Amino acid sequence: METVVIRSLEPLIAELRARGFTVVAPKARDRVIRMDEIASESELPRGHGDEQAPGRYRLRERDDEMLFGFAASPDSAKRYTQPPSRTLFRMRGENIEEPEAEVPRVALLGIRACDLAALAVQDRVFLGGRHPDPDYRKRREALFLVAVNCAVPGGTCFCVSMGTGPKATAGYDLALTELAGPHRFVADAGSARGAEILRALPRVPAAEADLDAAERVSRTAAEHMGRQVDTEGIKERVAGAHDSPRWQQVASRCLTCANCTMVCPTCFCTTVEDSTDLTEGAAERIERWDSCFTLGFSEVGGSPVRGSGAGRYRQWLTHKFSTWFDQFGTSGCVGCGRCITWCPVGIDVTEELANLP
Amino acid sequence: MTAEARQPRAERDEPRPGLSRACTPVRPMTPELYRVRSRRADRVDTVTLQLVPVRGGCPPYLPGQFTMLYAPGVGEVPMSISGRASSGGYVHTIRAVGAVSGALCGKRPGDVVGVRGPYGTWWDIPAAAEMDVVVAAGGLGLAPLRPLVRELVRHRSRYGRISVIAGTRTPATLVYGPELARWRGNGVDVQVTVDHPDHVWKGPVGLVTRLLDRIVFEPRRTFAFVCGPEAMMRATADDLVGRGVAARRVELSLERNMKCGIGWCGHCQLGPLFVCLDGPVLSYERAARLLAVKEL
Amino acid sequence: MGASGRTPARGPGGARPRLAVWKFASCDGCQLTLLDCEEELLSVAAQVEIAYFLEASSAPGPGPYDLSLVEGSITTPDDLERIRHVRRVSTRLVTIGACATAGGIQALRDFADVREFLSVVYARPDYIATLDRSTPISAHVPVDFELRGCPIDKRQLLEVVSAFLAGRRPVVPPNSVCVECKARGNACVMVAHGTPCLGPVTQAGCGALCPAFDRGCYGCFGPMESPNVRALNRQLRELGMSTPELVRVYRTFNAGEEPFRQASEDADPELLGHEKAPGEDRGGRR
Repeated sequence: METVVIRSLEPLIAELRARGFTVVAPKARDRVIRMDEIASESELPRGHGDEQAPGRYRLRERDDEMLFGFAASPDSAKRYTQPPSRTLFRMRGENIEEPEAEVPRVALLGIRACDLAALAVQDRVFLGGRHPDPDYRKRREALFLVAVNCAVPGGTCFCVSMGTGPKATAGYDLALTELAGPHRFVADAGSARGAEILRALPRVPAAEADLDAAERVSRTAAEHMGRQVDTEGIKERVAGAHDSPRWQQVASRCLTCANCTMVCPTCFCTTVEDSTDLTEGAAERIERWDSCFTLGFSEVGGSPVRGSGAGRYRQWLTHKFSTWFDQFGTSGCVGCGRCITWCPVGIDVTEELANLP
Repeated sequence: MTAEARQPRAERDEPRPGLSRACTPVRPMTPELYRVRSRRADRVDTVTLQLVPVRGGCPPYLPGQFTMLYAPGVGEVPMSISGRASSGGYVHTIRAVGAVSGALCGKRPGDVVGVRGPYGTWWDIPAAAEMDVVVAAGGLGLAPLRPLVRELVRHRSRYGRISVIAGTRTPATLVYGPELARWRGNGVDVQVTVDHPDHVWKGPVGLVTRLLDRIVFEPRRTFAFVCGPEAMMRATADDLVGRGVAARRVELSLERNMKCGIGWCGHCQLGPLFVCLDGPVLSYERAARLLAVKEL
Repeated sequence: MGASGRTPARGPGGARPRLAVWKFASCDGCQLTLLDCEEELLSVAAQVEIAYFLEASSAPGPGPYDLSLVEGSITTPDDLERIRHVRRVSTRLVTIGACATAGGIQALRDFADVREFLSVVYARPDYIATLDRSTPISAHVPVDFELRGCPIDKRQLLEVVSAFLAGRRPVVPPNSVCVECKARGNACVMVAHGTPCLGPVTQAGCGALCPAFDRGCYGCFGPMESPNVRALNRQLRELGMSTPELVRVYRTFNAGEEPFRQASEDADPELLGHEKAPGEDRGGRR
């Protein structure tokens, strides 16, 4: 289907809702752009921008009508594909029950190119191996993805370095580029169901000028990356740096609080917890997000393999930029910059990488 | 043998492909229920359980593989398989070192536990054909080696000299005593050393590596299987390599924190490896470099 | 936790395990958490015999007890005797709350001269028998598990009791509050609002309650497993906290926990010279 121009997102939101999707989109809440349920275009954060720096996020007023004039929100798609916790099974006597997986029908409106890349990484982790996760597959397939191409990258963004953005090129149902003067969206479909929905909307074919303007948005965004990483030989360089004194230096700043791994859209590590019901004698097992920054993560025989902060930071960074390639044939980092912005002390992976030998 | 276990190693080591593969209908994190058929107390803190499936059959395994054993309401731990139960199930020798293993040790015949697996890689027994074989165990490292030795004994004529060397804390902490005696009667040189002798112990005292001087093998045509605490495995493997055994012919069984056994939880990573998928059995050629890095 | 937590708690002859709740220097808030369990408490009562719990009943039963929950810190010579008795009559001993695990808010006396307080506060200081320091239970007797919090979290308390009844390790993760905060979906108040927060150095357990209401964490659950207080202090200063504020933020319910004590001293090295040496009369804790 050809590229079209839509004037408003209202018909799209209505169409998605009519098809049974909960529309989750950026909203200004808690002085942050969050992904949250919306019912109307009016709930989108019109005129809001953000300022992102290591350890710092501030919502800013914009002097225009842009609905998506900001960079990555702290919320990636991870919460919808891999919820923070889930019940694996319950056991009562000699019976095991598996609760039906919660598979919300969600349309993510305003997801970014880096997030689409992160979903592709997660797909390899949860579906590409010998033990695919059937629940992940269900949740993943239930997602309808409306990407919005980044116009205003944040100060911690480096998707260009990682080859994942700022323009969405694959993995979406619909991709939008927001244009001003007049305010409109250039839209194209990346899937059959995306095309079907697009056909149901009021639209006009995109003119040459619209396409040029959209192209300019992505080009300008690419020129405004807040950060960059030299990825040449990065897998070998990071793996070879395990004795670098740099790990000690970063450990003196690292809180080992795990925030980076929690906001990372590809960090997939989990732990399991068992509980017993006092009244019914039932046992339950849940899985929840875990982090390589916790001591229990590597505990064997009562003591952690990675007891030092340096060892834990090294594990995280080495996994993202080196061993991920060995395990999944791709980088574990998509350049979204969340780990930099949301580190309470502003540790910057791009700086750490640059400082490795 | 599970479907993936039947794949040759080279294939398993290939990078994992993308979205294309169909997913299995069962949830991989849900255990099958097994009943304790028999329980034997090996020592004060160690028991051997025979587990048979409550319903249906039990997937075949290869010596060296492990299962995830679930003590209802308490938790789940990876546990090497020590043998096949006579009525079709798994034998597990378990030492009570934590809450879960303690609960498993407390199970009685008739009790129910959960089992997932078998998972992981196995001892490369065919590669040892026509060679001298050294089997080295530290403590309960003998448990995953037991099915291997039984396999060697079953086809005794395929191998050259077979030696089993085992280190244990005290004479009383040795497991499989009667079985060791049977192996001796079947053409296996079995040597045991203890850290702390009691007043009746007349055998060797000290590290298991010292037993390497007491057994006979031709290093250039020797295959070794090693399992025990990591420091013991590295010392033994280094010693063997120093004597001329090829590192690729020395196999170790590694232990790491595991919450899933199937590559989801991320806990068992050792550099590029997931110990649950790429291990637990690894050649020293592959493992030496990784084990040498502190806190990897 | 100790190895003693690994077998299910059973009373003699398979009877219901006997539970006791003891109080030392404390505000009773943690014991009230147990009463606050309402419905769950009924099932606790069905599973265990609550043999000694002055807060809920006036009839103390005789020992021994399978599980003792101990609230409060040791602050008087009498306490010293009584806690040894409690330990003797208890198979398992679990301390509940910041007072019992860290000395509580009353451990602020550790940073000053108690006799001076006495003379200022009481008309007849000679009536008061008190120790120089407020110390955690573990400074005096072996403890099987320490449940943190000021007050403790109801969910965690039930978890600890359930775990002891089931013979498993209680699921009480010692990682940072941030892990819970992110799982709950809070925006980070430190990064997004510039609000000072102790979450990164504080143990989880509260469910990230304060950040959920746009407040910084107060550290009620004490230091997490690997707190880097020096790194956090640098950031808190950047967010505008003064030295006295930094000292105060660590000197609350868990002031007696070593990492928080160090954090306050790190914030103001001048304090070091004016105080009793850390660890003095703490009974070799940890």
